[in-house]
Amino acid sequence: MESSITIRDLELSFGAVEVLKNLNLDIGQGEFLVLLGSSGCGKSTLLNCIAGLLDVTDGQIFIQGRNVTWEEPSDRGIGMVFQSYALYPQMTVEGNLSFGLKNAGFSKSEIAERIDRAAKVLQIEPLLKRKPGALSGGQRQRVAIGRALVRDVDVFLFDEPLSNLDAKLRTDLRAEIKELHKRLRNTMIYVTHDQIEAMTLADRIAIMRDGKILQLASPKEIYNRPASKYVAEFIGSPSMNFFDGKIGENGQSFACDAGTFSLNGYQFGEGGAQDGTAWLGIRPEHIAVGTEAKTMPIQLEASVQHVEPLGSDTLVRVLIGDRRLWVRIDGQSEVADGDALNIGFDPAMANIFDKTSETRL
Amino acid sequence: MVDDRTIPAASQTVNDFDGGPRGPKPQRAFSRKNVFLYGTLLMVTIYYAIPLYVMIVTSLKGLPEIRLGNIFAPPVEITFEPWVKAWAEACTGLNCNGLSGYFWNSVKITIPSVILSIIIASVNGYALANWRFKGANLFFAILIFGAFIPYQVMLYPIVIMLRELGLYGDLSGLVIVHTIFGMPILTLLFRNYFASLPEELFKAARVDGAGFWGIYFRVLLPMSLPIFTVAVILQVTGIWNDFLFGVVYTGPESYPMTVALNNIVNTTQGVTEYNVNMAATIITALVPLTIYFVSGKLFVRGIAAGAVKG
Ligand SMILES: Nc1ncnc2c1ncn2[C@@H]1O[C@H](COP(=O)(O)OP(=O)(O)OP(=O)(O)O)[C@@H](O)[C@H]1O
Ligand SMILES: [Mg+2]
Repeated sequence: MESSITIRDLELSFGAVEVLKNLNLDIGQGEFLVLLGSSGCGKSTLLNCIAGLLDVTDGQIFIQGRNVTWEEPSDRGIGMVFQSYALYPQMTVEGNLSFGLKNAGFSKSEIAERIDRAAKVLQIEPLLKRKPGALSGGQRQRVAIGRALVRDVDVFLFDEPLSNLDAKLRTDLRAEIKELHKRLRNTMIYVTHDQIEAMTLADRIAIMRDGKILQLASPKEIYNRPASKYVAEFIGSPSMNFFDGKIGENGQSFACDAGTFSLNGYQFGEGGAQDGTAWLGIRPEHIAVGTEAKTMPIQLEASVQHVEPLGSDTLVRVLIGDRRLWVRIDGQSEVADGDALNIGFDPAMANIFDKTSETRL
Repeated sequence: MVDDRTIPAASQTVNDFDGGPRGPKPQRAFSRKNVFLYGTLLMVTIYYAIPLYVMIVTSLKGLPEIRLGNIFAPPVEITFEPWVKAWAEACTGLNCNGLSGYFWNSVKITIPSVILSIIIASVNGYALANWRFKGANLFFAILIFGAFIPYQVMLYPIVIMLRELGLYGDLSGLVIVHTIFGMPILTLLFRNYFASLPEELFKAARVDGAGFWGIYFRVLLPMSLPIFTVAVILQVTGIWNDFLFGVVYTGPESYPMTVALNNIVNTTQGVTEYNVNMAATIITALVPLTIYFVSGKLFVRGIAAGAVKG
């Protein structure tokens, strides 16, 4: 796959604060990449560097094979959509869409044609004469997307575009952005806090922490085989349950205070099996209960501490000794506080992390 | 943890639908809070309005009527004689042409000073807020420091500088002085305003290919009516009312109106013409007053327009 954006050894500091540290990233042509990470990890900063809104401290940025490290934002072939929409309040929607085109010196007829096309795609034709103040949040964000669309850019950059919208609108616009990507096949980089957005939109997700990319992989891979304990905890809600214990018998078993589990079926990573202290993690949705639990290689006895019915599923917090575990069960099952519950899981669905390095084994 | 929330019994909640308070809470017109609030407001208003009343009333009386001594009494016979005299005939030291010539001096000083200082300060503020150039913080610190240096310290050095430039005693010299002295506070004003506008707007404009001036004129300026109004009020009143710089940096021919007013009021020859003095003072104050009335309305409208979320 030819790469659309290449970032080499990128560093960025604000004074003495290093925000991005030796960051490397290759984004494929037409790929939808989601940057996911906790607040303050440098997602927006990275996006601003790619856009050319921040001068990098060191490193290079290539877009469509061109070194754009020193180029102005408008010359990089990128369009950007912001969380606060950032529409020019005194201009009409039409004015907002044409602003960039006028700056680039397009002819009147060309501008009209492009606005027309973008307005059709985004279904904002009736709004063209209105000012942003007279639009709803969803409409404003459509216009903001339109502003990138009319400029016919190679790369779309989104910085938490849906965070200011209510849940329903968010779901709708998320689907629309996905639709738009299918249609245009532009490269898109999308910053979000929202795991669901990340999982549903991304071709690949980059999990960031403290200015570094911890893992860059498909949503499925990140969910199933998180590279580190941090990633494992970050993805999934409620987050993964952990047992702390020891791997023994050349990776054949895991001993912890809840018992000794056979690791038969667990796929160790490239480093292979290593004995030693470790965390064993299992997601709430990979724990079976009741009769189903009886079929699992690892079985435990637990008592129900707390039940949270969500409708489609029910979250149950169980106790094994004094260890708490979250379990996701079917929404129709009847459990009550204090019930005894058999639980079980398959080590093939688990993830084991080294105790000291916290990387997946 | 066992769920121990208890569900309230229905009978407890369905008690009295009648009798209890309902609808808006009644307001008492003469509550203690209201009496205190409006009482204070009234007193402050009277405190400020009485001198103005006395001035207007006195300026419309003839001298014999003034000698009766009751400064609060309305004029028995209204005369505009003092106003005409103040404008066209009153003596300001050497000549006796009234305030008219000096009025135009003040206009010629105020208009260019206001325009120049606001243009420069707004661009300064914009550059400081949005284009964090190298040394911006130092520049800003120096500028703010400048705001705290007492004028007196700089009076004489500036005299020498203007003399060297050949502008001493000239209106344009005074314009430059006003522009420079307005700079710290105005730059601070504009910088803070531009910094309060959403940064993403500025970023979006850069992505859209607008340059330094493009962003300033086409994106920020149209959103900045309120702050420009504030700056105009500040500068017009400040410069129009200035006495010190006017008396130091201009000559008798180019004195601003405030200096001329002082000369009229302080003339020691003959009887003191209180009515002319009052009229001259009101005429001099008329410009800032008008600015307050006109732009005050604009100001409120500007604020309201800026408050539209967007
Ligand atoms: N102009 C600045 N000067 C100094 N530090 C900054 C500046 N901008 C950002 N930072 C710091 O850089 C770090 C990364 O900020 P950034 O905005 O990229 O985070 P983010 O991942 O986008 O967070 P969020 O999810 O909250 O938007 C933060 O610790 C922040 O405090
Ligand atoms: Mg951010």
